Amino acid sequence: MSMNRRTLVKAVAAGGALMGLSVLMPRAAMAAWAKEAFSASEQSAAIKALYGDDAPAESAEVILDAPDIAENGAVVPVSVSTGLANVESMSIFIENNPSPLAVQFMIPEGTQADVSTRVRMGKTTNVTAVVKADGKLYSATKEVKVTIGGCGG
Amino acid sequence: MSIMRVKAKSSGERTDVKMMAKHIMETGQRKDKSGNIIPAMFLSEVEVKHGGKVVFAANLGPAVSKNPYFSFSFAGGASGDELEINWKENTGKSGSETASIR
Repeated sequence: MSMNRRTLVKAVAAGGALMGLSVLMPRAAMAAWAKEAFSASEQSAAIKALYGDDAPAESAEVILDAPDIAENGAVVPVSVSTGLANVESMSIFIENNPSPLAVQFMIPEGTQADVSTRVRMGKTTNVTAVVKADGKLYSATKEVKVTIGGCGG
Repeated sequence: MSIMRVKAKSSGERTDVKMMAKHIMETGQRKDKSGNIIPAMFLSEVEVKHGGKVVFAANLGPAVSKNPYFSFSFAGGASGDELEINWKENTGKSGSETASIR
């Protein structure tokens, strides 16, 4: 055998260090940030970039809670929940914003399909929640009137 | 520096989490006084883990309000348990914090 004891020890040590490193490295558990979907300026293009060709079906099972009138477009509370089973993700689109996709939530098993957040709205427009459950897309839409827009400076 | 304010409460069967990140969420659309665009700087990813398992993950765009707020609930979790929160900015900056369940 050409490998002497010293090189063998070195190789084993290096291998061990590599293994340790791979354990310490944070796993890429986060779903990739969908750059194309977040930068799309049309809602239909954003939905397509995020979910592919299937169009979401309007469903009463998707419950979108948002105010009828938002006095301040900079902080509009929005909640999305659903009784559908096997929910994979839920996302919120604001039609007339410069980029309609506002946020995408991943719902792991054991987490309730009920999430609240706050979004910015430039002007009065439709807010749409899209839920992916069992591989299918469902949606609910509601118009929110905005008194003072939240995108300007 | 921690940016997350987390209130997590266990009811025994499930844990309700309310969290707010202290972040400007600069959209990249605003201009400063001299008319120059202020570059976008926003939280793009937030992930919460309990016992090594992801219980919540969100991808954010700049349309999420300043100081992003989220509330969600997950099954399990006991008082005293630790939550691990990982976040990432569109600039590439990232951070990891912990919070305990009440």
